[in-house]
Amino acid sequence: MIREYKTIEEVAGPLMLVKQVEGVKYDELGEIQLPNGEVRRCRVLEVNGRNVLVQLFESSAGLNLAESKVRFTGHGVELPVSENMLGRVFNGMGEAIDGGADIIPVKSLDINGSPINPAARYYPSEFIQTGVSTIDGLNTLVRGQKLPIFSGSGLPHANLAAQIARQAKVRGSDSKFAVVFAAIGITFEEADFFISDFKKTGAIDRTVLFINLASDAAIERISTPRMALTAAEYLAFECDMHVLVILTDITNYAEALREVSAARKEVPGRRGYPGYLYTDLATMYERAGRKMGSEGSITMIPILSMPEDDKTHPIPDLTGYITEGQIILSREMYRKGYMPPVDVLPSLSRLKDKGIGVGKTREDHAGTMNQLFSSYARGKEAKELMVVLGEAALTPIDRLYAQFADAFEERYINQGFNENRTIEETLDLGWELLSILPRSEMKRIKPEFVEKYWPKKDKN
Amino acid sequence: MVEGKILKVSGPLVIAEGMRQANMFDVVRVGEGRLIGEIIEMHGDRASIEVYEETAGLGRGDKVVSTGAPLSVELGPGLITSIYDGIQRPLEAMRLKCGSNIQKGIDEAALDRDKRWKFEPSLKVGDTVVGGDVYGTVQETEVITHKIMCPPKKKGTIVELIPGEYRVTDRIGRIRLEDGSLEDITLMQKWPVRVARPYAEKLPPVEPMITGQRTIDALFPIAKGGTACVPGPFGSGKTVVQHQLAKWSDVDLVVYIGCGERGNEMTDVLREFPELTDPRTGKSLMERTVLIANTSDMPVAAREASIYTGITIAEYFRDMGYSVAVIADSTSRWAEALREMSGRLEEMPGEEGYPAYLTSRLAQFYERAGKVVCIGGDKRQGALSAIGAVSPQGGDISEPVTQATLRIVKVFWGLDASLAYRRHFPAINWLNSYSLYRDRLEGWFGENVSRKWTEYTGRCLKTLQLESNLDEIVKLVGMDALSAEDRLIMESARSIREDFLQQNAFEDEDSYTALDKQFAMMELVFFFEDKAKAAVSAGVDVEDISGLPVRERIGRFKAVPYANYKTELDSVKEQINTELNQLISAVRA
Repeated sequence: MIREYKTIEEVAGPLMLVKQVEGVKYDELGEIQLPNGEVRRCRVLEVNGRNVLVQLFESSAGLNLAESKVRFTGHGVELPVSENMLGRVFNGMGEAIDGGADIIPVKSLDINGSPINPAARYYPSEFIQTGVSTIDGLNTLVRGQKLPIFSGSGLPHANLAAQIARQAKVRGSDSKFAVVFAAIGITFEEADFFISDFKKTGAIDRTVLFINLASDAAIERISTPRMALTAAEYLAFECDMHVLVILTDITNYAEALREVSAARKEVPGRRGYPGYLYTDLATMYERAGRKMGSEGSITMIPILSMPEDDKTHPIPDLTGYITEGQIILSREMYRKGYMPPVDVLPSLSRLKDKGIGVGKTREDHAGTMNQLFSSYARGKEAKELMVVLGEAALTPIDRLYAQFADAFEERYINQGFNENRTIEETLDLGWELLSILPRSEMKRIKPEFVEKYWPKKDKN
Repeated sequence: MVEGKILKVSGPLVIAEGMRQANMFDVVRVGEGRLIGEIIEMHGDRASIEVYEETAGLGRGDKVVSTGAPLSVELGPGLITSIYDGIQRPLEAMRLKCGSNIQKGIDEAALDRDKRWKFEPSLKVGDTVVGGDVYGTVQETEVITHKIMCPPKKKGTIVELIPGEYRVTDRIGRIRLEDGSLEDITLMQKWPVRVARPYAEKLPPVEPMITGQRTIDALFPIAKGGTACVPGPFGSGKTVVQHQLAKWSDVDLVVYIGCGERGNEMTDVLREFPELTDPRTGKSLMERTVLIANTSDMPVAAREASIYTGITIAEYFRDMGYSVAVIADSTSRWAEALREMSGRLEEMPGEEGYPAYLTSRLAQFYERAGKVVCIGGDKRQGALSAIGAVSPQGGDISEPVTQATLRIVKVFWGLDASLAYRRHFPAINWLNSYSLYRDRLEGWFGENVSRKWTEYTGRCLKTLQLESNLDEIVKLVGMDALSAEDRLIMESARSIREDFLQQNAFEDEDSYTALDKQFAMMELVFFFEDKAKAAVSAGVDVEDISGLPVRERIGRFKAVPYANYKTELDSVKEQINTELNQLISAVRA
């Protein structure tokens, strides 16, 4: 039997205290009926004797302590799912907002999911060709990976994410794919950029959108990514699709979390974020992957804007500890006009080693990748030195490295948002650039590959 | 059986009333789903319970039942090659039972109850035994002989002991205890995780734990029975270092604890280790590995328990006389779990919200490591080495967890993001890392590798220190300002970094380097330096020396297979001689 309570005692910020309840469970979903008949949702944060503390998912405006009624539904927050969600637009609470009919759910799933048993995971190792050299060649993405983009305000992360969504493919397979896109507190324009890009390429029919805009209730942002991931899990693990999940912007999510934590007067960790931010983020990011008993996969690209471009800020910092690498965008490259402005050196893909090489990309991939990294690093150091001391102070070999670094930025990184390079094109371009340096410098590549792939300039 | 009722639920913390009769740190089962929890505080008849599973769905009035026993692990044949969660539930069995996601309230015995093990007694009826004495053995894997021991603190006479094939709970014999009562002997025993297993005596560690990692073995070695920590920001290669240690360390057994880290990393270990062969035994690495996986998305309270579960299992094998390594990745996540529980308990926080008892808890963990004389009549020796990764926020090692750890451990391998960006791996910073075992292990290296070992490793450190001093000058006034000798030092330091310290974990030949080859590599670098020094004083330009073709061969020496490194060493030395002599004669001419 479901009872209704008119015993709301307090409302403060996103929190509400209900007294004299019976049989209410932790993490249960509640529904609040306002005097005007409107229904809002909430979730139990704490059971304390006969009192429960609940967190509202929507704004508390119009809530009336005397007249509003609360009832608890007996289950957690759930999302009705079906394959027909593809091509539809939902709000942050999972309700259709595109004017279409409600979907007929196959089942309802708890949005918190449950952790994947590490013994049941497959290690991600299938190469995804994104067509972006800095990713394919240097920070290779594989199916089931979670690879965030660390960006800053004003940097074109949206363009890069859209480019990946547009171009990404696993070569030699045409399995079912889908995109799940969650807009978390971003502006209309930014959301619209993605939607129109998906429309332009026709990907919209294979896309599920969850939209929480900057103007929507901040507190709804806590559920938005979980809604999206629940839909993604259904499509991936029950419909065997390969799902690419784009979450933007995680910073807004973490701020909503901080709001609730502050309202509960919890002891804060760094910069006022709750001490459990790591665990909380992990329960989202770790939902990516591949697992036994299913053909599908979830590949995740969360986007977050680093406050003040500071990588040590808790949000990028904790994200970096959970995700399998990161693509970092650089303001310096952006100012130089190099697109996508990827900061190559601190970017990383942890899963690349098992996704490249013979049978996946090409035998020389690992060697050239390491060679490009270290040569570019040395070239950048030489250039820094050049700024202080002038070109004359460099040794001849360092001068070549500086020249290499320039060419690398100009041609390898700066490919634009519309060029789609195959992995062979990327690798060959790498060799062409490396040939600026003397062949004896190729210490990180096996001699037989240098022999095989070293560009034969003399003949031309 | 004490039974109480839930009063309050807040995340992993449950408060129950009617629990006056329960003991502190008893394991309780909470709610209809019989979730596993542990009593961590008592106030009158109210018990604060840390629940090791997701608490969604619990409410006021739900039943809480005490089991009357503290959180314990099952110790016996079947541990090795297993993967457990933080409270020793077997993940593989859970997968078979409830699919690829972890469900709540699952009861699954840690050790396989159906599997039969062949037991061979080594004692006979009438023998008197004390805790630690070995009743007999079970060949658990091809490389590990599992010794079935009398549990600590027991004393008695064997009245029955029969060889045969047994399940872990079967009676394999009986002993008459001192008070005259009879007790069954089984293959399995239980031990509470928060209590260190006893030993007879602690010994100072004097033997290195050889890891095959050049930066570690040569510059910052760890002893068997020692403690080490690996702090580093994300992306600096902590996990690769930890995996390398788990793979190549010359210990008998490795307990790898994935504490609040990525699921895929544990999967990687799980899938990769069975295929790797142990260079010492030639058998699969999995046959000496126990995995504890409490990934970051699994309940936070069990993460707190996971390192105790892991180290208790390690102590059990140490008690058999084995050398065991515990590798915990990452202790910061464990500390965060402590912080979260402390916050829920509304304790007064210490630094950065961590509880005031953080340091003492960390010290308790690391102090369980050591080289010991085990209990039991035969005075066998075992060693337990503990290596913990630390994930300092923002890579800033002044934060509480790193600082608390540094006060306890003896080896510090500081990972450096800027080295990682340059793809210098392992990114262990040679300027701020240290090992307090260097002096103590000097004798062993001198006897077992080469008399010159300490001289060479010291020379490496010195050259690298000189390089960092000279680098400051170069940054200000350029390379040209340096004397020829100093430029040679820069060259030599570069060679140490690139040709010796850099080690690729993903290259077959390079992943593990035996000590004698490590020595040969250093020898080669210094042989070149000494010859070059002579050439420079004869007037040869440093530029010409660093451009010599033989440099490439020195660089590739690490990839030379172990079988023929000695011939290659001689041949490279010869080439060095030839090429430098040519330069010298060209100058003279």
